[in-house]
Amino acid sequence: MIHRYIPKGDGEKEKMLETIGLTCMDDLFADIPDELRLKEPLDIPPAMSEIELLRHARKLGEKNSSLSTMTSFLGAGVYDHFVPLIIDHIISRSEFYTAYTPYQPEISQGTLQAIFEYQTLICRLTGMDISNASMYDGASAAAEALLIALSDKRKSDNVLISEGVHPQTLRVIRTYLHYRNVDIRVVPLKEGKTDLNAAKELVDEKTAGMLVQNPNFFGTLDDVSSFSEFCSDNKMVSVLSVDPISLALLEAPGKLGIDLVVGDGQSLGNGHNFGGPHFGFLAVKKKYMRKIPGRLVGISRDTNGKRAYVLTLQAREQHIRRHRATSNICSNMSLNALTASIYLNTLGKSGFREVASQSLSKAHYLYNGLLKTGAFQEVDSSPFFKEFRLKYNGCVGHLLRELRKRNILGGVDLGEYGHEGEILVAVTEKRTKEEMDQYIACVKEASA
Amino acid sequence: MNKVYYTKEHEWIKLQDGKGYVGLTDFAQDQLGDIVYVELPEVGTELEVGEAFGVVESVKSASDIFAPVSGEVVAVNEELEDSPELINDDAMENWLIQMSVEDEDDLENLMDEEEYNDFIGEE
Repeated sequence: MIHRYIPKGDGEKEKMLETIGLTCMDDLFADIPDELRLKEPLDIPPAMSEIELLRHARKLGEKNSSLSTMTSFLGAGVYDHFVPLIIDHIISRSEFYTAYTPYQPEISQGTLQAIFEYQTLICRLTGMDISNASMYDGASAAAEALLIALSDKRKSDNVLISEGVHPQTLRVIRTYLHYRNVDIRVVPLKEGKTDLNAAKELVDEKTAGMLVQNPNFFGTLDDVSSFSEFCSDNKMVSVLSVDPISLALLEAPGKLGIDLVVGDGQSLGNGHNFGGPHFGFLAVKKKYMRKIPGRLVGISRDTNGKRAYVLTLQAREQHIRRHRATSNICSNMSLNALTASIYLNTLGKSGFREVASQSLSKAHYLYNGLLKTGAFQEVDSSPFFKEFRLKYNGCVGHLLRELRKRNILGGVDLGEYGHEGEILVAVTEKRTKEEMDQYIACVKEASA
Repeated sequence: MNKVYYTKEHEWIKLQDGKGYVGLTDFAQDQLGDIVYVELPEVGTELEVGEAFGVVESVKSASDIFAPVSGEVVAVNEELEDSPELINDDAMENWLIQMSVEDEDDLENLMDEEEYNDFIGEE
């Protein structure tokens, strides 16, 4: 019988064996000692028909909880913002969905234009001059930005990183810098913000740059102007990691003197995607144009004087001076970045602002509601955007389990990150007043 | 006329008023073709002889530029930032950086014009 997925009949197999001078299939494994060879069939259940397999897989799938039945207040880098249906429809077009690095300008004007428009949107959001075509995720974008800082300052040997940077981002940076003999100095937080007085003690003339996240891992808003000033005073590159949604309400980092802006783009129309794929963005002031990692699409004119898009400024980094390049990365996350472009275009300026302002006010509604239950205490009184942390009077793990019973994913237990008894809660525009009131009621019950 | 010294990496250095003017040779600019970008160090950078201090990028390649002698960068030719093609126009006139020359003995290890012409004749 011909196997469903291995289209070779017995006759063909015999012919093939004959050609290579063997008599049976087992002869192929003659090099493996007899005592190591399996003599009976594998101990697995028999094959299923297609319909049986579908039923089986569906049953397994039902064991998972999904956001179609759960209400999520989870954040810590991945947010439950609404994804308009048009996005999946457009990115599922085969021209976008199946194409792999089609960068030849002769055949890829559509793809290149999409990337160019993405870059334009990121520049407008961040207030920077130039954005690349995207990176793997926010963490790798942050690490690449620090490489720019290190290559920008000759003989530098250390970088400063705020404690408010996502712990996973810090781990990726440590991996990136592991073999580069770079000292990573973590600047502590004070009252929820990066302690620049502590940074003064850590900075020296060999510090290449400093990375701050805003809003930080705990949701708190930092003082970006002072940070930017601190960096220029100490002649080092300022790198700010941002939540792109927050830029609908906050001043563009470029206007505050920041040199490099990075971030994770998941919240711009991408699903949770099980924590990835996301995409990272990286935008810089013109001064750093020649040190940008990855791809960059520029606009030009073809021989007939018509507008044309081309990859630009990649030669020396990726083809000629590889050993001296800031980075050899050539990858981007085009489909996820395209998702962000469609998202921003779908929402428009006012829609985008509304996402941000609803997230902001709903987060504050829940924050105040939770404090009023008496079961929580403030960790600090610094301003926050759509995510906040609170100290819980009881056991955070117990509270989260109680919430789960009511189909509420209540937040992230910060005990996992060394902050015992604290909870991190994110609120997006998707959350309704009913959902938040239910959360508050559940807290009252669980803490009674 | 001040004496000009040459390196095997195709830089020249000329002493004038106690400073060393450093540039690319005419042979180098010709080999590179149209120069589109020059990356130069900051004033105050300390250079060791043979240390890469900048990059010159042309339509067909990108190459490091090396310090012919040890010393400190005292000025960079800022005109090149907007008009890198000046090097193609006149490589000997359009210097890249001015640097202090710590030890004039460094110059003795370099080639004079005749030796350099022989050197590029062999290449």
